[in-house]
Amino acid sequence: MIISIASGKGGTGKTLVATSLALALAKTRPVQLLDCDVEEPDAHILLRPSFSHRQAVSIPVPKLDEGKCSYCGKCAEVCAYNAIAVFPEHVLIFPELCHGCGACSYLCPEEALTEEDREMGILEIGQSNGVGFVHGRLNVGEAMPSPVIREVKKHINQNGLVIVDVAPGTFCPVVESVKDSDFCLLVTEPTPFGLNDLALAVDMVRKLDIPCGVVINRDGAGDNKVEEYCRERNVPILLRIPLDIEIARLYSQGITLVEGKPQWREAFVGLYSDIEQRLSARTKMGG
Amino acid sequence: MKEIVVISGKGGTGKTTIVASLAALAKSKVMVDCDVDAADLNLLLHPITQEEQEFWSGQKAVIDQEKCTQCGLCQDVCRFNAISEFQVDPISCEGCGFCYRICPDEAVVMEENLAGRWFVSETRYGPLVHARLGIAQENSGKLVATVRKQAKAIAEEQGLDLILSDGPPGIGCPVISSISGVNLAVVVTEPTLSGIHDLERVVSVCNHFNVPAMVCVNKYDLNEDNTRRIEDYCSTQSIDVAVQIPYDNVITEAMVHGLPVVEYVENGISKQIELLWEDISRRLVNK
Repeated sequence: MIISIASGKGGTGKTLVATSLALALAKTRPVQLLDCDVEEPDAHILLRPSFSHRQAVSIPVPKLDEGKCSYCGKCAEVCAYNAIAVFPEHVLIFPELCHGCGACSYLCPEEALTEEDREMGILEIGQSNGVGFVHGRLNVGEAMPSPVIREVKKHINQNGLVIVDVAPGTFCPVVESVKDSDFCLLVTEPTPFGLNDLALAVDMVRKLDIPCGVVINRDGAGDNKVEEYCRERNVPILLRIPLDIEIARLYSQGITLVEGKPQWREAFVGLYSDIEQRLSARTKMGG
Repeated sequence: MKEIVVISGKGGTGKTTIVASLAALAKSKVMVDCDVDAADLNLLLHPITQEEQEFWSGQKAVIDQEKCTQCGLCQDVCRFNAISEFQVDPISCEGCGFCYRICPDEAVVMEENLAGRWFVSETRYGPLVHARLGIAQENSGKLVATVRKQAKAIAEEQGLDLILSDGPPGIGCPVISSISGVNLAVVVTEPTLSGIHDLERVVSVCNHFNVPAMVCVNKYDLNEDNTRRIEDYCSTQSIDVAVQIPYDNVITEAMVHGLPVVEYVENGISKQIELLWEDISRRLVNK
């Protein structure tokens, strides 16, 4: 089963929920945590995994053999990203704009374009307290996180529970991370910003046809409009984590909730059973 | 005319809270919300929309089933796994057009993509340019560039001195697009290990693109050891640390009331934000 943890708004507690859910369940089953927030990956700070494998993540970008080029301009014409400009006796390639689709090298009539790897980030695999850990890190200055996310997701091991920690928002890299999940947990806070961005996230998962539930973090901090919204839109609230300066202090030190306050373990085990039951009810209804 | 952007790396550190208060404090400015994926500034500034524009960007492939002979070539060449069973998944399609170029039956059509909307609004603090990127869209950087360009045009037309920009979280495409060429990036962080990790990455992005940065620690008293670590890091990077802001739930209360915090309370935290604005103003004069 794949459970993704998303939010719309940043800083609502996705990583707090993802890491504690993973640790709480790792005692009884194989659990994997994938940190797909490759722009700002933070789960490793809380899980402190020992890494056993590290690899570069690259995309193929065009490389020109000037000797073969006839400057016909076909490559520039087919590139949807303006990554190639062709002049009468000169070709300019902008690798940072290239998405690696391969159209230019395939369609070059002179076979003057081959491909070379351009590193966009790195991927690391490790272990922490029985949790299999994979994360990606986008290199500083790179604009496109999706290729790194796709590489991280190739390491999904479907034999156990897979928890996917996701970047904030609802744009392309978030959808890349969330799609193929069996369930999406949306972590929010009871504030106008939390509500606004939760509504965007609910629209996203409904568009992807993924069942979802809400975790309200810092419960009691603001108003009750998130609850009203969840009631109206029929989105279940599966867990509440109260506004508690102690919890915030633990997080600030990189200590997970279930390690700092072991009494929370049960709540996360319960959260998982709740999700399992909802999914099996859904399967029965569907079939 | 000067342009400042508030960014953070990590989400939820208080960017929008601070921008809304700066909007209430600064004279002669236009505001722009560059967090086009989860725009929240409007919830505090209450804009009245004057103008709404569609944002068309990129293309998506569509297969004409009448013409398709199911040869499978498009599926073989697509590197984004966007085609299965002779249908294009618009969420995975990156609009490269490779399939369109190679289809022997001319069955693939490239359709223009409505990627979002942007708005020019009036608020009681001055004009606001904001946007809404569609779900799963990938052209966030271009939409950011669009709203920034619009804000600049308004500033020039109305003779305004400042463009005040609320930036997105992360370090990827929309962040790069938000910071390029600004006079100052104010990086709002929090004294958590994740906050520090993400601060270091986003400061590296500022350095990479030669954008001057200054750092503001929000909730500095949550973990004063970590606040000192942030100060030490900033001194190694020769980055000024601005006035710090204490942890106070009054920020959430102000948000619930839909007000910038400097207009909600007069004491404590509002004084700190006023000092922060003086700090930023001094830095801007020197840039």
